[in-house]
Amino acid sequence: MASTPHVDPASAPIIAPGHTFRTVTDKIASIVLARRTPLHWFLGFAIAFGIAQLVLLTIVRLLFWGIGSWGVTVPVGWGFDIINFVWWIGIGHAGTLISAILLLLKQEWRTSINRFAEAMTLFAVACAAQYPLFHTGRPWIAAYWLLPYPNTMGLWPNFRSPLIWDVFAVTTYASVSAVFWYVGLIPDFATLRDRAKNKLMAMVYGVASMGWRGSARHWHNYESAYLLLAGLATPLVVSVHTVVSFDFAVGVLPGWHATIFPPYFVAGAIYAGFAMVLTLAIPLRSWYGLKDFITDRHLDNMAKVMLATGLVVAYGYAMEAFFAWYSASSWELFMIQNRMFGPYGHMYWALILCNVVAPNTLWWPRLRHSTAWLFFISLVVSVGMWLERYVIIVTSLHRDFLPSSWGMYQGTVWDWSFFIGTIGLFLTLMYLFVRFLPAISMFEMKTILPGARVEEHHG
Amino acid sequence: MSALYGLMAEFDDPKAVVEAAEAARMAGYRKMDAYSPYPIEALSEALALPKSHVAKICLAGGIFGLAAGYGLQYWSSVIEYPMNIGGRPFHSWVAFIPPAYETTILFAAFSAVLGMLALNGLPQPYHPVFNVPAFAGASRDKFFLCIEAEDPLFDVEKTRAFLAAQPGVAAVEEVQP
Repeated sequence: MASTPHVDPASAPIIAPGHTFRTVTDKIASIVLARRTPLHWFLGFAIAFGIAQLVLLTIVRLLFWGIGSWGVTVPVGWGFDIINFVWWIGIGHAGTLISAILLLLKQEWRTSINRFAEAMTLFAVACAAQYPLFHTGRPWIAAYWLLPYPNTMGLWPNFRSPLIWDVFAVTTYASVSAVFWYVGLIPDFATLRDRAKNKLMAMVYGVASMGWRGSARHWHNYESAYLLLAGLATPLVVSVHTVVSFDFAVGVLPGWHATIFPPYFVAGAIYAGFAMVLTLAIPLRSWYGLKDFITDRHLDNMAKVMLATGLVVAYGYAMEAFFAWYSASSWELFMIQNRMFGPYGHMYWALILCNVVAPNTLWWPRLRHSTAWLFFISLVVSVGMWLERYVIIVTSLHRDFLPSSWGMYQGTVWDWSFFIGTIGLFLTLMYLFVRFLPAISMFEMKTILPGARVEEHHG
Repeated sequence: MSALYGLMAEFDDPKAVVEAAEAARMAGYRKMDAYSPYPIEALSEALALPKSHVAKICLAGGIFGLAAGYGLQYWSSVIEYPMNIGGRPFHSWVAFIPPAYETTILFAAFSAVLGMLALNGLPQPYHPVFNVPAFAGASRDKFFLCIEAEDPLFDVEKTRAFLAAQPGVAAVEEVQP
């Protein structure tokens, strides 16, 4: 540590010195309340919103032509829809980890990144939801297949199916994340209400704040509810990707039917999520001058979490190969051989390069503390995690037990347009969020300022 | 004079408001509330607030969610629409665990939030404290202690003198109802 020529971020304070209750409030609120929207915002929003139109285009095409416009066919009946679904859901997990688990662990540095990480969770889940919704090509059918409601046909879903568990897990996750986020926003809405110069904005924020006035009696109940939500979100987030992994693990296909799937998927989700948080945090803090709050120490901590979860994922890859060998099952052996050296071998090795080799450069403090390198690595990890889902899904399906039914899979233009479109949708929502809502939790930032804590007197 | 909602003292420092709240409680005031831009545990302590009921509501919601989730699966898979799926029992309780787990969390979380809002009486479109112009600082960097006129010990002159005597007080203002 001492040998590095620059200041070690690990020992730096989590808020730059010199900030008070007033400066923290004004700095964060001014981004939202500024009359002038910065030019780079309009530019970025226009690009993102333009790309998001691909979602509409693809859905219209899908509803007219059916899923024939996608690449899925026998034997690969699960393609981009589930790859992208798992990818987006996984990204969402870091938001809940930061807002709930790190809160329970009293990791105070989480305070400045939890709000936008939670927003990221919600928007990622919104993107993920597009795929199961439209993957049948006839979304109205999904209603009675998936949701238990009394319909005129008298049908009920089959609760023994992991796909139904998935519906319960993901809808609960989306609902609880939204509520958690909103509860966190209530006191900040009150701040915006009191600070807004524009009458209309003051009214909108006032309604959203529900008349919050910062009463000690209210805070007392609020703190209790917030802690309970964190306690509930923690087992929830672990269950969501576990259930997603059950979609595979409960099946009997080689490469899917493995007990390591739940922990390996959860670690992968956090890994991908932290990569996305870094991808968003690095430009956000420099565009809006938030380096006092999202400090180098935050980036350093996130890089370490990413490295640690990356190693868990690497262990998962190693175990997949080991299980295949140790099982002595010819199907399992063939699957891993086909995955590594078959027609999709290049994707497997690209995934190893992205997810195992690249993040290990973060062991070196010099590289870890280079913002540009960290940003690059987080993009590489996002690509790697997408490849991982592609490899798991496609290589297990395309060559199953019967060689006569083997085939190849490739996404079509419409598969890609749907995927790229949801990235546009995600960025559009992020842009709107940064403009209209406080990207950093103001009231929580105040709790970690020096002098905020008052010692309790008893008696 | 009885038309007043109460008297409000303004503070710049969290320690001052906690000490003032404690002094007010010692002086016998009960109908009062403090306002701060962020949660201060010591303030709840100073006001001697009873334990929050949110946890109990959350537990009740969780138990209801578990029963409702499991009940829905049992009723639809065993009674209303029994389906033979690969010879598995109609009452496949192991497979019913994940959805019941999720509904438990769903109902517990919503109960905690709705319970918190109900206990706090939110949403509340109007409250007298907002009539004090300086109160806008309560969501920024100011701390307030309001002794309400309903308190049996409340007397405009005496209470004002009491609040004004607190160390660190910046201003004492009347709160119109």
